[in-house]
Amino acid sequence: MNDSQKEPASKFQLRNVKAWYGDNEVLHGVDADIPEHSVTAIIGPSGCGKSTLLRSLNRMHELVDGARVDGQVSMDGVDIYGPKVDPVLLRRQVGMVFQKPNPFPSMSVRENVLAGARLTGTYDPSRADAIVQRALTQAALWDEVKDRLEAPGVSLSGGQQQRLCIARSLAVEPTVLLMDEPCSALDPIATTRVENLVHTLKQDYTIVIVTHNMQQAARVSDRTAFMLSGDLIEFSDTIQLFKSPSDPRTEDYITGKFG
Amino acid sequence: MGSPLSSSLQAAEELPVSARGRAPATGLQLEGRPLRAERLIEFGLFGCAFATVLTTVGIVATLAMEALGFLREVPLSALLLDTAWTPLFVEKHFGIWPLVAGTLLTSAIALGFAVPLGLLAAIYLAEFAHWRTRRILKPALEVLAGIPSIVFGYFALVVLTPLLQEVVPGLAGFNALSPGIVIGLMVIPMIASLSEDAIRAVPGGLREAAFGLGASKLATIFRIVLPSASGGIAASAILALSRAVGETMVVAIAAGQQARLTLDPRVPIETMTAYIVQISMGDTPTGTIEYRTIFVVGAALFLMTLMMNVISHRLTRKRGAA
Repeated sequence: MNDSQKEPASKFQLRNVKAWYGDNEVLHGVDADIPEHSVTAIIGPSGCGKSTLLRSLNRMHELVDGARVDGQVSMDGVDIYGPKVDPVLLRRQVGMVFQKPNPFPSMSVRENVLAGARLTGTYDPSRADAIVQRALTQAALWDEVKDRLEAPGVSLSGGQQQRLCIARSLAVEPTVLLMDEPCSALDPIATTRVENLVHTLKQDYTIVIVTHNMQQAARVSDRTAFMLSGDLIEFSDTIQLFKSPSDPRTEDYITGKFG
Repeated sequence: MGSPLSSSLQAAEELPVSARGRAPATGLQLEGRPLRAERLIEFGLFGCAFATVLTTVGIVATLAMEALGFLREVPLSALLLDTAWTPLFVEKHFGIWPLVAGTLLTSAIALGFAVPLGLLAAIYLAEFAHWRTRRILKPALEVLAGIPSIVFGYFALVVLTPLLQEVVPGLAGFNALSPGIVIGLMVIPMIASLSEDAIRAVPGGLREAAFGLGASKLATIFRIVLPSASGGIAASAILALSRAVGETMVVAIAAGQQARLTLDPRVPIETMTAYIVQISMGDTPTGTIEYRTIFVVGAALFLMTLMMNVISHRLTRKRGAA
């Protein structure tokens, strides 16, 4: 809400972050501080590197064959590309929600929420019910699915599936939630719900959301980063970026001159 | 000069619009008929496709007729209730179970060997191998599939059996174990290749979701990817079973020719296929009851493999639909 007034601590500090797919450099040295307990939106035209930047924050980028990242990304002051860092443990701290809702097809609603615990070997049957209810409540889905927890996750509507995926991420108790165009496969009503949810979740989480929808960025985020061809052009308070952008390229993009 | 030209123009205008390609350039001409040559080609192609169907029908009909001829002389109950198979002896018994047992024994050994190895190879190829490694390994696997089965048969008899005799006490020179393992070797490429396809067909989004939750690579593979690919993996195993059941040369050479009802892999046995070889190659005169036994065995074999192929097909289809 008006968290943007005070100056929160940085969750992520990016220094000269570069990324490649094979020989193709897709990020040309990005510097940014992403504040804690706030929503940061990354906007820009297709192929500008916004998803790559997002994926460098939980080391998902490097999972693609031939992809690599250079430069420094620290989270809470720890270099997440340090030699002793296990990316698997990092990803338990940094949850991710994807463009297309992807609940596990062989699992029920309940099992989907518990999948993180099962996959990471931290499943505790005595806590399972509480985890399911808490995560689904946080994801604003509990009232809709509490009577069909055993139904397949994929039997829900698209918007419900996406909130199920958010609940699944929250169930492993991360501190950060990365969202990669989470509403692009959803209808307007489902989009509104997810946006409202993002608004509530920033009390407890640091949220970074990639979107191609500028209105969405304006609605949900405290700060907005504008990217173009692998460069971070402008990164400032959302209101300022949309009302009085300091770079002419930002202005051209948000006024619809290209992109 | 003027009159023929004008009349030909007139003719062109009166022509029904056709696909003759010289329709007058005025207006949009869409009506047409396919060329006769095209229909001829289509008919020829249909003929080729139909020939394969006809062949299948012919084979099934021959099997069924000869098998029915056999069943007119030997009741079905003798086939299914007797436990000895001695059609070439003076005292004839026609219990098919010893042959079925021999077939299932070698096939079970083959799959017990090939499914774990093939599946692990598939997991490696699909999830771990660098693309350069894969480019070498996949053709190598296919070469394994291309070795003639007679070579595999000799390998079982003259290499593997003597080796196994060193470690397995009481292993006869002809036995079920050695050809079973060799058939397993033969079907590994099939299982590996089809399972790899099934694993690759699992949507990348599911892997990403698991990684995003902090799952390790192994947890992702065994708890998310393999369950999602299980239909295709099961289909590959059943197809391999069908192939193992129908495999002939290896068992004919290395398993012996003694139909006996046993699950002991160390002693000589006879499979359904090996029995058919024995009679076909021997001097059993046509038209006799001994001769007809091979059709009833063949029909039973056909039914078994047909069933497995149908199940495998269903499993793959279900995966595709999901």
